[in-house]
Amino acid sequence: MTLPDRILLAHGAGGRKTRELIEELLLPSLSNEFLATLSDAAVMPPLPEGRPALTTDGFVVDPPLFPGGDLGYLSVCGTVNDLSVAGAEPLWLTWSLILEEGLETSLLRTCLEGAVRAAREAGVRIVAGDTKVVPKGKGDRLFITTAGLGVVPPGRDLGDHRVLPGDVILATGPLGDHGATIMASRHGMSGAALRSDCAPLNGLIAALLASGAEVHSLHDPTRGGALVTCHEVSARTGLRMVLEETHLPVRAEVAALCQLLGLAPVAMPCEGRALIWLKESDAPLAIEALQSHPLGRGACAIGRAEAPRKDRSPVAMRTPTGEERPLDLRAGADLPRIC
Amino acid sequence: MIAQEPFRDPRLLDALFAAIRSEAALLGRRSSFMEVCGTHTHAIAEAGLRRRLAPQVRLISGPGCPVCVTPVEYLDRAIALGRLPGVRLATFGDLFRVPSSRGSLETAAAEGLRVEVVYSPRDALALASAHPEERVVFLAVGFETTAPAIAATLAEADRLGMRNFYVLSGHKVVPPPLRLLASDPGLALDGLLLPGHVSVLTGWGIFEFLATEFGLPSAVVGFTPADILLGVLELVRQRRKGEARVTNLYGRAVRREENAEARRLMGRYFTPVDSEWRGMGVIPESGLALRPEWAERDAGLWPVTVPEPMEPAGCRCGEVLKGAISPPECPLFAAACDPDSPVGACMVSSEGTCAAWYRHERYRGEAAP
Amino acid sequence: MCLAIPMELKERDEYEGIVELGGVQRRVSLLLFPEAAVGDHLLIHAGFAIGRVDAEEARLTIEGLERLAAQARPT
Repeated sequence: MTLPDRILLAHGAGGRKTRELIEELLLPSLSNEFLATLSDAAVMPPLPEGRPALTTDGFVVDPPLFPGGDLGYLSVCGTVNDLSVAGAEPLWLTWSLILEEGLETSLLRTCLEGAVRAAREAGVRIVAGDTKVVPKGKGDRLFITTAGLGVVPPGRDLGDHRVLPGDVILATGPLGDHGATIMASRHGMSGAALRSDCAPLNGLIAALLASGAEVHSLHDPTRGGALVTCHEVSARTGLRMVLEETHLPVRAEVAALCQLLGLAPVAMPCEGRALIWLKESDAPLAIEALQSHPLGRGACAIGRAEAPRKDRSPVAMRTPTGEERPLDLRAGADLPRIC
Repeated sequence: MIAQEPFRDPRLLDALFAAIRSEAALLGRRSSFMEVCGTHTHAIAEAGLRRRLAPQVRLISGPGCPVCVTPVEYLDRAIALGRLPGVRLATFGDLFRVPSSRGSLETAAAEGLRVEVVYSPRDALALASAHPEERVVFLAVGFETTAPAIAATLAEADRLGMRNFYVLSGHKVVPPPLRLLASDPGLALDGLLLPGHVSVLTGWGIFEFLATEFGLPSAVVGFTPADILLGVLELVRQRRKGEARVTNLYGRAVRREENAEARRLMGRYFTPVDSEWRGMGVIPESGLALRPEWAERDAGLWPVTVPEPMEPAGCRCGEVLKGAISPPECPLFAAACDPDSPVGACMVSSEGTCAAWYRHERYRGEAAP
Repeated sequence: MCLAIPMELKERDEYEGIVELGGVQRRVSLLLFPEAAVGDHLLIHAGFAIGRVDAEEARLTIEGLERLAAQARPT
């Protein structure tokens, strides 16, 4: 192994050092028949029947290593999940790296192994990649960009256009685990049970869709958490989203962390959860299907979509007393406060 | 574990509302009580207490949000300091999006200003340690709950021999504006809910003048809905009986006496000065400045050009902060001014009166006070 | 103002302690409350312990609330 402890500018220059990086580090882990050719583009077999779905994403989270995952694992899960919530079965990913000169090779290796593990769990393949190195100070250790290609099977039509008043909103598990874990890492707090929920959801969603429940729309509540997702769905559908405070699944550690920093669990990002809008009467069937899957054990109903009302906020929380509390888009999301 | 749930139990809250209703009915006239703590403002708005107490009890928000009462000049100076070469600012999150005369710390950061949001002044000390070639300036705002923390951090900086840590003090203290508000005939206050966590540091004894000099029923309360309602019940009862006392209803955290170590540190590092409160003008002895012997830590003494402060046109934060008007009575409220594009501090600070109203009470059709 | 959260003191040295709430731990300064003892529930604000929450007083407050609820009769 000739790789040094740290990435050098030369590793991105395209010459011998780049080849070393690819052949000694990247290729052995990512190997498949498409990547191994190392040609300019991956030429793939014809897609299965259905409509192609395409997504792209950038991953810059700080810190790049956290309890429950790493930037590499996250990058693959995030891409797979974007495709999955669109109703697509994910197939192939691209994986593009921008490395900062001086990045520890061991960190890169950990993220690479994370990406490989996620791809294996999701049953997807990374078929194309790229590596660039920028001078020290011009990039925060590493940035990962992906593109993902999947196929929406014929006859499947998911999306907010199908959401109706009366639809129940489900969460596949406790909210905010990822965001709370990241915030704890950033602020020098630890918790044995604080762990990112980062996971590929395509298997769970396939199980849900196979159950026969009439699912209308799916979203993964990443940036801004369930709060932002509900606002987006509300804006697109013109309906109100009302969440039930007593039903919101939040783990004790996440609730504690949020209390300490003045944040709201409902606004914290998740990277391994889906929110589901579905026909009310099919909720029990859907929950059963989700709970039968390892990633869906904590699935439950968290609220419903309602007809709009001029005197009520677009997104609200119903409190234990039965009153509604408006949930503002900016409520308690990102900046720790003392007031 | 100290149980938190009883303090939010709907059954217990209902009982409190019922008790308040009975007492208020016996009293026979409306009561106006002011709270002077941003965290109380937020808690009241979030739990929807204002609407359920109306019309018998009217809750007014006073100047309880330290970010909101900090004049625009403080932020202008902070940004000017941050633009000096080799300076890195450290700030509480509360201040990050507050508008100065031109932009906020957030917009200035996008233009290259080095500023970090920290949870504790000790994090700023860690920054100074990590960047020995920089001058780290901590933007010290807050009341008596927070000022001791900055004093203790200065003590730690001294102990560690850390030379590159500085403070721009915007600290204020609570009793002087209360004196002004208590004597304002236009406000016609019937009682005060007093800040629970300020009282943890100062002791509740410092508020006795409200009862003895101004005959105002007052209650020191905690921050759960039950705590606040216990306070309202106490104030209505005192009024009904024609009494005026300062009652400590946050006994689990507050004593009559101050936190002695906090007082010692405060006395070592800070001295009272006259200071300007947005909307209330200069109030004597209401601010805290670094004592002259700590001049080398005082970023407020650095020569820096601060542009002429500009209060945003039409902004009525000042009157909102005094409790003279409620947020919807400001023409900018929910129109030109909202949390996404705030005009004044009351809207951007999460504890600001306008932000609390916008987030929680705008939809309830709050009865105009 | 002000967000201050009760957390239990798990261990301490001369100046600092580890406090915990709901499984989340944080290192805080005890400079403002040097008399803190392991097992105390401390009020934490901006990285400092500012005082203690008294379990007995909390219990009395809750009892008072329960008595009030018992007296309240539906009208």
